[in-house]
Amino acid sequence: MTSAVSATSSPAPQSGGPRAPLLRVHGLKCSYGQAQVLHGIDIEVFAGEIVSIIGANGAGKSTTLMCVSRINRSSGSIEFNGASIASLPPEQVVRQGLVQVPEGRRIFPRLTVRENLEMGAFIRSDKDGIESDLQRIFEMFPILKDRALQQGGTLSGGEQQMLAIGRALMSRPKMLMMDEPSMGIAPILVAKIFDTVKNVLNAQGMTILLVEQNANAALRMSNRAYVLETGNVVLTGSGQDLLRDPRVREAYLG
Amino acid sequence: MQQTVAAAEFLAACALSRVDAVGGFARDGLLSSQEVFTQQLVTGLSNGMIIALIAIGYTMVYGIIELINFAHGDLCMLGAYFALTVVGALGVDQWAGTGGIMGLVLVLVGTAAFCGSLNWSINRLAYRPLRKASKLSLLVSAIGASFILVNLGLFWGGLPMDVFADGTSSAAPKAFPALVSAAPAAQIGDVIYSRTDLLVLCVTLPLMVALTYLVRFTKLGKAMRAVAQNPTGASLMGIDVERVIGASFFIGGSLGGFATVVYSLYNQTVSFQMGYRMGMDAFIAAVLGGIGNLPGAVLGGILIGVIRSMSDGYLEARWTNTVVFGILILILVFRPSGLLGAKLREKV
Repeated sequence: MTSAVSATSSPAPQSGGPRAPLLRVHGLKCSYGQAQVLHGIDIEVFAGEIVSIIGANGAGKSTTLMCVSRINRSSGSIEFNGASIASLPPEQVVRQGLVQVPEGRRIFPRLTVRENLEMGAFIRSDKDGIESDLQRIFEMFPILKDRALQQGGTLSGGEQQMLAIGRALMSRPKMLMMDEPSMGIAPILVAKIFDTVKNVLNAQGMTILLVEQNANAALRMSNRAYVLETGNVVLTGSGQDLLRDPRVREAYLG
Repeated sequence: MQQTVAAAEFLAACALSRVDAVGGFARDGLLSSQEVFTQQLVTGLSNGMIIALIAIGYTMVYGIIELINFAHGDLCMLGAYFALTVVGALGVDQWAGTGGIMGLVLVLVGTAAFCGSLNWSINRLAYRPLRKASKLSLLVSAIGASFILVNLGLFWGGLPMDVFADGTSSAAPKAFPALVSAAPAAQIGDVIYSRTDLLVLCVTLPLMVALTYLVRFTKLGKAMRAVAQNPTGASLMGIDVERVIGASFFIGGSLGGFATVVYSLYNQTVSFQMGYRMGMDAFIAAVLGGIGNLPGAVLGGILIGVIRSMSDGYLEARWTNTVVFGILILILVFRPSGLLGAKLREKV
């Protein structure tokens, strides 16, 4: 693999002063009907980082990503790459270079694996570039190449997760948001997927915001992390610090 | 002219069914049983291909937003009035030779554009604001749109269209001028292959091939399937879901536009109530084939056309609806998702 699949994130010239975050979420609130799910959370992700959001079921982790992707309505500010995306439609967020690998994969079950990947490149029109990126995805996940002409719905959970990641990469994003990539997948595949995320994607410069229930694995690979409880950020720190934090150990690593 | 109008009214009285006339041959015994069968088959296939083209419009919309678009048949009806107006205004029925063929193409394409734009607009005004509402609200909105179109048709029928004598009421069926010569295209034994049959084939088949290509291989087609299977996932891939839905309405509507011109030429009459009959046949065809499934809509359309024609020929026309609905009920009892419908939900 020569160049990064999509490492186009080029931080602003660092001539003094603190770097601006690639993604800055401030005071994010979201409700489902009467129930408020997010009570004003702040999250920052800098270019080149892996940042994870951990927390129990129903803490609002997936909701956070759905708000940032603009699928869910929310209030508060969302800035990506220096510009507000808080009022863009979801398809425009993708065009800014911020792409989500959704929970449960949400692949297209009756499109072939290849067609699924092509849909990932929907916003692009450079045919040659798309084809070469397709080949890179196939190198990264060779099983997808074997199954290229199979319908997405016939893949196993782990293969579908690889497809969902590959599909997201096909848009050449600046940043990837991954929602529970380990959910419902055999442990050996989880290890393989996390390894690819850390040692291939992130090593090539991809910025990643990861939502996980598997706190142990997530914290180990993250630069920083946020702990979410019932719609509030209750703890934040480096992955290593949180791994050692007694509150985190008791609540999430027990 | 007068005769045509009289004939048209007679035909309209027989529930707009041309094949009743053919049914007579079977009972008169003028043709051999083999020939009767072939003739009925040809008629059935022609009608079936037209029904299939309309059924595609139902199944596309259902596939993408799970709405039975009750206005679709009436959209086709308005298309027929549009075609009639164009024919009258330009005098297309007087154009001869190559001009006649060009005129026919003009009427077909113009009506397709009209129906496509109208369907797109109906979606924009009546369905899109209800995207997050319950499916029932959407259905009621579709029924409302259907009523509006029927009344527009009734109004349109009262306007002078330059192709028939004055004095007809707005509700009366209008004769559709024969833009295709009544001379047979071919005759084998006593079986007549009319030029209209040929026209049906020349219009419907290329459109179905083109649609298959569009849906299977183009970016828009793949996006349409992606939106149908998972709208949120499609949105997260940067697909403008509303635009894709709008395109589906346009394509489905324009296929209906092509179909309605051919239907009008075949039946030689246009009425504000024809949308009900066209829509019902096509809707049954879509359900029979498995609603949401494009090849299913074509298969269902052809089956309905042939079943109707056989029933008209071998039983009596008045039994045809009973036969068609009987078969529909049987198939839905034993295969609730239709002939080609998905049997199982995919694992996700």
